[in-house]
Amino acid sequence: MMHRKVVLRVVSKFLIPPILLFALYVQFHGDFGPGGGFQAGVIFGSGFILYAILFGVETVKRVLPPWSTRLLLVVGVLTYGLTGVAGLILGGNYLDYNVLAHDPLHGQHYGILIVELGVGITVAASMITIFNVFAGQSGGD
Amino acid sequence: MTIFYTYFLSLPFAAAIEPHLPILQVVVPLLCAPICVLLRDAKLSWLWATIVTWITFFIALVLLGKVLASGLIIYELGSWPAPWGIEYRIDAANALVLVIVTAIAAITLPYAKVSVEKEVARPRIYLFYLMYMLCMTGLLGITTTADAFNLFVFLEISSLSSYVLISLGGNRRALTASYRYLIMGTLGATFYIIGVGMMYMMTGSLNMADLATLLPAVDHTRTVLAAFAFVVIGLGLKLAMFPLHTWLPNAYAFAPSAVTVFLASTATKVAIYALLRLVFTVFGGTDLFASTDISLMLIIVALIGMFAGAFVAIFQTDVKRMLAYSSVSQVGYMVLGIGMATAAGLTGGIVHLFNHAVMKGAAFMAVGAMFYVIGSVRLNDLAGIGKRMPVTTAVFLVAGLSLIGTPLTVGFISKWQLVQASLALGWWYVAAGILLSSLLAIVYVWRVVEVAYLKAPPEGAARRSEAPLSMLVPMIVLAAATVWFGIDGDTTLRIAGEAANALMGPASGGKP
Repeated sequence: MMHRKVVLRVVSKFLIPPILLFALYVQFHGDFGPGGGFQAGVIFGSGFILYAILFGVETVKRVLPPWSTRLLLVVGVLTYGLTGVAGLILGGNYLDYNVLAHDPLHGQHYGILIVELGVGITVAASMITIFNVFAGQSGGD
Repeated sequence: MTIFYTYFLSLPFAAAIEPHLPILQVVVPLLCAPICVLLRDAKLSWLWATIVTWITFFIALVLLGKVLASGLIIYELGSWPAPWGIEYRIDAANALVLVIVTAIAAITLPYAKVSVEKEVARPRIYLFYLMYMLCMTGLLGITTTADAFNLFVFLEISSLSSYVLISLGGNRRALTASYRYLIMGTLGATFYIIGVGMMYMMTGSLNMADLATLLPAVDHTRTVLAAFAFVVIGLGLKLAMFPLHTWLPNAYAFAPSAVTVFLASTATKVAIYALLRLVFTVFGGTDLFASTDISLMLIIVALIGMFAGAFVAIFQTDVKRMLAYSSVSQVGYMVLGIGMATAAGLTGGIVHLFNHAVMKGAAFMAVGAMFYVIGSVRLNDLAGIGKRMPVTTAVFLVAGLSLIGTPLTVGFISKWQLVQASLALGWWYVAAGILLSSLLAIVYVWRVVEVAYLKAPPEGAARRSEAPLSMLVPMIVLAAATVWFGIDGDTTLRIAGEAANALMGPASGGKP
């Protein structure tokens, strides 16, 4: 534990909220500018990892216990996959976003937003899971 | 096969589901796999995986029936038309591979239950079934897709999950075996993607059918030649083509028994299918196959692999490793079929995909059952196993006879077809090679049979200790299939012939 690294601790406390906010910006601005679920997930996950490096893995696990990151892994994948299935049920092909709304243009917007959200959740959760497993050897199960 | 298609059409909602079967083939296991994390329980995960896998098997049978009845199926993901969007194309070649993968996956799961409970730590069992389904998803995806980059993605899905599956083996050496496979597999995938990148550089397309029409115009460039080399070597690593096979023996030897059964019967087969698809569909329009010595190279590599694999197998003391080296040898026969590049040769190679999956599945199941009962598969420990586990040993014997290529087993059908194909080309030395390498197979199979039947069981061993019924039934089914398709070779040969035509013919699945 880095009790004496005051500068690092204070600066990181300032930085972590903007990191998470920036992740959300990259996530939801992804269909207009550079970005998207993968990049956003990595940034979001790195916020938690930075916190874990400075304040200990156990502290992070109080916020995000191992079961919750695993659940998020599943939620992300299913969000993506079930969006595709929704297109299938609504009469299009798999991953056809046109049928998700009355206006195909809106449908495409909804589709890509939801799918990218699924990607973001899974990437962030897997970043945190991998870090936790390696950092705290007991974090496996 | 068309029976399954007509039966499917009689089900409710069949008309609505039917056009989406190609994507459901991949998406059903993909989306059902993560559910295991929510279930967490070992028994529930097993039950879930079994149900899902059998549904996937049914879908594959329906698809094969549909392809045989009405030809090529095309599915556009997201309704984006072909060169822009990803499309799935199913013809006789990949429909057959889909059936192989799902059939082995479905029949392995009942077998896996007790075996996995014994070999994998209980809290990790749900992860085992999750990875099993993901691995199957990857293999099915490689098989269905008609997009060269999409194939890479599925290649990674199947590879990453198989590294995990292998590392779950009880022995600590499973970890190094898995790590070694990870390095080699990643190299293979990287080579493949470099090749795809070069093709994209020259044509601006990733769709296989589109590539097939665009590549001939630029096939004189070094970039395309290099792309061809990268793709063949990359996939050669994945299919354990000699001398790129070094990851295989340890991976198969130290993986949990059920994983060995599944991977040995499916993973290399799917990689061979991918090689077939790339060489004959994507590069089919170019004259690279004729203008380079690739055909000769494949034949030489195949012949060396056939002999080297079988020769090394003879000196193994661990039966699982012996069968793994035998796989290297058997892969040689399939590569031989590709190297011949005639319809008859390809038919032989493709029918051997199916036949080898069936017989190697049966052999590894028998060995896995021996491991389950006596905890070791070293030759010395198997003394008198024929008396202690008569049914299991009989299954091994049938599979072994098929590995040799005895008439009335599937091994004979494919070897006969390959011998005929090589004689038709006037390559008598290749035909001689096929027969001579079979003699080596006799030696390694005999070593097991001798120990199993002619040596007395050790003192104090239980007189009769057969494997549980849940393991016996799947392996008997596979042994029966070994004999059934060995007697009635017409069905499989006909489908393999159609597959070869689909890959080579002008009206091929890949070409417009």
